[in-house]
Amino acid sequence: MINFESFTLSNGLKVVVHEDKSTPMAVLNVIYNVGAKDENPNKTGFAHLFEHLMFGGSINIPEYDEPLQKAGGENNAFTTNDLTNYYCQLPAENIETAFWLESDRMLSLAFGKKSLEVQRKVVCEEFKEHYINKPYGDVWHKMRELAYTTHPYKWMTIGASLKHVEDATLEDVKNFFFKHYTPCNAIVVVAGNITLEQVKALSEKWFGPIPAGEKYERNLPQEPKQTAPRKQEIKANVPLDALYKCWHIYPRLDDRYYVADLITEIMSGGGSSRLYQSLVKEKQLFSNIECYHLGSTDVGLLTIEGKLVKGVKMEDAEAAINEEIIKLQQGISDKELAKVKNKTESMMAFEDMSVMNRATSLAMYELLGDANLINTELEKYRAVTAEQLIEESKIIFDENNSNTLYYYSNN
Amino acid sequence: MDRSITPLIKDAIEFELKLKPYQQFTLANGVNVFAIDAGAQDVLQVELVFNAGNNFEKIKGVAGTTNALLKNGTSTKTAFQLNEHFEYYGAYCNRGCYNETAVVSLSALAKHFEVLLPVVKEMITDSIFNEDEFTIYKQNTKQRLCVSLTKSDFVASRLIDAYLFGENHPYGAYINAEDLDKFTTADLKNYFNEFYVNGNCVIFVSGKLPDNIFELLNDNFGKLSLTAANYQTLSIERELATEKKYRIQNDVNGVQGSIRIAREFPNRHHPDFMNIMVLNTLFGGYFGSRLMSNIREDKGYTYGIHSYIQNHIGSTAWMISTDAGKEVCEATIEEVYKEMQLLREELVDEEELMLVKNYLIGTILGDLDGPFQIMGRWKNLLLNNLDENYFYQSVNAIKTITAEEIRELAKKYLNPSDFYELVVV
Repeated sequence: MINFESFTLSNGLKVVVHEDKSTPMAVLNVIYNVGAKDENPNKTGFAHLFEHLMFGGSINIPEYDEPLQKAGGENNAFTTNDLTNYYCQLPAENIETAFWLESDRMLSLAFGKKSLEVQRKVVCEEFKEHYINKPYGDVWHKMRELAYTTHPYKWMTIGASLKHVEDATLEDVKNFFFKHYTPCNAIVVVAGNITLEQVKALSEKWFGPIPAGEKYERNLPQEPKQTAPRKQEIKANVPLDALYKCWHIYPRLDDRYYVADLITEIMSGGGSSRLYQSLVKEKQLFSNIECYHLGSTDVGLLTIEGKLVKGVKMEDAEAAINEEIIKLQQGISDKELAKVKNKTESMMAFEDMSVMNRATSLAMYELLGDANLINTELEKYRAVTAEQLIEESKIIFDENNSNTLYYYSNN
Repeated sequence: MDRSITPLIKDAIEFELKLKPYQQFTLANGVNVFAIDAGAQDVLQVELVFNAGNNFEKIKGVAGTTNALLKNGTSTKTAFQLNEHFEYYGAYCNRGCYNETAVVSLSALAKHFEVLLPVVKEMITDSIFNEDEFTIYKQNTKQRLCVSLTKSDFVASRLIDAYLFGENHPYGAYINAEDLDKFTTADLKNYFNEFYVNGNCVIFVSGKLPDNIFELLNDNFGKLSLTAANYQTLSIERELATEKKYRIQNDVNGVQGSIRIAREFPNRHHPDFMNIMVLNTLFGGYFGSRLMSNIREDKGYTYGIHSYIQNHIGSTAWMISTDAGKEVCEATIEEVYKEMQLLREELVDEEELMLVKNYLIGTILGDLDGPFQIMGRWKNLLLNNLDENYFYQSVNAIKTITAEEIRELAKKYLNPSDFYELVVV
């Protein structure tokens, strides 16, 4: 059980407090309700580029990192298609430094020209490092375009192209900030060796005076139901053929999300999982195979991907995956269901060990609408039945819901 | 309220850092157990560390393969059954093979340890190294390797280690696909017998310890023919390459170069080592470092650039590592040398030095959060033949080092002519 309290400032900023006296540290986590899905299709990659600019100085503080490091702190941030999250950890005595820094950049950035120029280059190098200069690096670029016709999940967080990042202007940066980086679009979590009273006082002092701003009303085009299978072939300079298949699954808050999550565990959650045992060990068609999903807030994708053993035909590899899917649709034993539920329970226990993870989880859950999901989600997993798994696997793995990439080696 | 004024901070260097002491037990066979009892969650981690790393193999690849196949079948359980047993209880049983040591670890909810430990015991006493499992392992390792070899960063990391230590030294050796065909399951069984079944072992356990933890460990591991591990030094001398500068083309379509700039460096027992950790942080060891500030935050040549001392027990290396745009690789290297020059010639100002000190102490404080992390510190000390004095002396070194001492160290160690230099595109 993870205890927490929460309150809301008059400008709409929600604050969640989690006390843990066993650590000398404190964490301040700020989540903004904006991700790559909120971008203009002609200016993609912006939410992430913006995350970099948040470290380029704010209205009253020229440098973000320096004072934090001076206070013995560390920080980082990440952007997804759904959200942008910033966190810092520092000795609890110095928690006010974190309030000072985070509130000033919520108030306003410095909008320096140099920062934009440099970070555009840095993000382009990040783009190259992860998506161009790596074998199979363009897979998700292609897969998103194939699987989403309408929803903005069709582009990657890093951006649809280097060009979009290179073309970003200071005007774009300002507009983005004042639209999304407002108290009513943010959630603050403070965790560690602090008290509720202390956090209340510090929040009022530092975040209280920030103007509420306008609430951003999200109105995204939703993905229509897929009605026919989609396939694409790619040839590239990679050493091995690879197969990628994706199916649409339910949004994060749908009860069937938990069913889909357990399906991925059954299929590839370890050395005794079905795909690994059957296709890597017994049939030796793949040298590795994985089944996973990305935990997207809106309609997500369940993915099976693997690299084929040299000499294996793509059609045979795909047929073998389909066989495993059919087996899943026929049933699952009590023992196997208990196994994946137990795994989920222990995975959660391990994740909750660090105060930093607890802070980020609380923020993500609160963004979904209820921080207490951190305590109640396990029950939702526990409640999943074998019948539901069979039923949902029939719906998810419908051929008409499938998107397949055949990634062939040129060599 | 004036937001330009920094709130009062307590300098992290005023904090008193404490490394929670371990409890020590000795099993019936003499194997030592080091234990940390801490944490709120009912989770435990036990690590069995064997003197079974690459250093002890006579045929390249045998140590790593033996370790990897420990979960692939015993005389009573198949690989599938072993995995299923751990996964049913939500446990993680991992293996890892390093230069001096090889590890088998188990993390799980404490309530399941009683049914899990006997299976760990089975793995380390009764693994059978079946032919089919070996064949599949070889095939998949080769496939993974051929993908990795298309990545410039992977190739660069292998090559720089080979220049710094020589390909015959465990720190410099790397595996090629054909190496995996030069040994058989008989070699694996022999290695297993010598270095696991009848090996040297030390055990680390951490988490919210149950009252019967000693009995549990003694029942499972105390009667085995293991002996207490002793501190290991390498038997092979390092062999530095004579040529210092390398430019290698790995991928004609590459858009970035993986840069490695490195020099040999003594191990933790050298008197300069503690102070070097401070200089390294300043130079390239944290986000605000000289290298990051200049090469990422000012020039935008790279997504990240870091320097670090490689974590080896024996004589080691100081490494600068980055991936930079292909067209700015040479400019990046030039800037790295300029930063070395600045550190050799100019005194770091007090404010920057104080920042680095506070940052380092704050990081240590943060790293000691949780039982596994505390045990991790201890493990690193004990396996390096050090004790808590080393920890407290390091903390003291951070708190007391002066700008003059930093400059002296830079003069001694940051000379470009001592560094190997490699770019792989």
